[in-house]
Amino acid sequence: MSTILAWTSDACLLVGSFLLLTGALGFLRFNDFYARIHACGVTETLATALIILGLLLQSDSATPQFKLALILLFVLFSSPTASHALAKAAWNAGLRPRDNSGKRGIPLPPRER
Amino acid sequence: MEVLIDIVLLSLLVATAVALVMVRGLIASIMLTSVYGLLSASFFVTMGAVDVAFTEAAVGAGVSPLLLLFTVAVIGRKERAPEGGAVLVKSLLLVVVTGALLIVGTLDMPPFGSPDAPAQTHVAPYYLQQSGAEIGIPNVVTSVLASYRAYDTLGEVLVIFTAGVAVILILASSSHRGSARLRNATVPDGSPHTILQVVGKILIPFILLFAFYVQFHGEYGPGGGFQAGVIFASGVILYGLLFGLPTVCRVLPPPVMEVLAALGVLIFGLTGVMSLLNGAPFLDYSVLADDPVTAQHIGIMVIELGVGITVASVITAIYYAFANQLEPGPN
Repeated sequence: MSTILAWTSDACLLVGSFLLLTGALGFLRFNDFYARIHACGVTETLATALIILGLLLQSDSATPQFKLALILLFVLFSSPTASHALAKAAWNAGLRPRDNSGKRGIPLPPRER
Repeated sequence: MEVLIDIVLLSLLVATAVALVMVRGLIASIMLTSVYGLLSASFFVTMGAVDVAFTEAAVGAGVSPLLLLFTVAVIGRKERAPEGGAVLVKSLLLVVVTGALLIVGTLDMPPFGSPDAPAQTHVAPYYLQQSGAEIGIPNVVTSVLASYRAYDTLGEVLVIFTAGVAVILILASSSHRGSARLRNATVPDGSPHTILQVVGKILIPFILLFAFYVQFHGEYGPGGGFQAGVIFASGVILYGLLFGLPTVCRVLPPPVMEVLAALGVLIFGLTGVMSLLNGAPFLDYSVLADDPVTAQHIGIMVIELGVGITVASVITAIYYAFANQLEPGPN
């Protein structure tokens, strides 16, 4: 049982770290603001959740588990909200997504134009 | 492992400081200031100074960048082009002299963690050894801050109070009286921040609850009045950012905040006067009850409450005063 837990924990930590790395890479490499937010926001929410889950499975007493669960809940609330706030602020400031050639000419849904 | 974390955090701190000097956009420098505050807070945690980290995370990473953002919103976000050569040389000279003086000052400091340092040999051993018997609370930081050095702490609270008064005096004008007086303001309906408001409504009660936990748990774990005050104020400020200044001013009216700021200092000072009236030195709590250790508990609770009230209300009032600059005046 404990072996399975240890393996699951290791897998969570490993996948979480990998996702963090992809998020950082995407943040550096993407040339569009919204793509960068996507790279940070989505991977970081998932990666942080996986890492905390991995740590949860490793700890064996109730107090740290409870604290980690609370931190996980807070991250799940705050991280997507922060990404949303950034994207919305950029949109309201007039920034529009670019296509791959670097032009800001992506056709938008009619209501948003 | 811990050394590795220290090295990474300190390198990031240096990189942030360099970037802070290099960037020209004011918004970018403010965000870097916030990053610097957050990194300092993490560094304080690894150094074991969790009490300081609380305050730094709330004030250094949250409140003070926000006040800077308010200022930039009023004065404009472009830094002026650097002045001509004479000013540049003068400021360079000033910076070099100040930096050299600071470095000379560090030469006399004892090595990091040295057991012979004055901080370890002066009164600290007495506090560490006697605190359990004399004060009887587990957190030595609180017993030093609130009992042994209560007079110093009174000075700090007065500094915070004075800062709040000064900010209100500077920013108040004939159209903006006090920290904020929104008599004619209407709460805007049809708000554009729906998602943020919903998440804020979920999180803010827990932030305020955590502030009370930090306030009343300060004798047993990291925390106390200063930390609780800044955390409470951050919750209030978050509410103000999401729902607008008029709404938060209806919840916590600015005149009440200004009175509370003075009330906290009054509670602290009166505790000292109570000791005087009972025939003990100023702020010696041991005469406040029959049992000296219980009396210390009571004294620490009361003055921490005073500190918490003053810090929370001063920071809220400063936020009101800054945010009020963006509100239209009564005319």
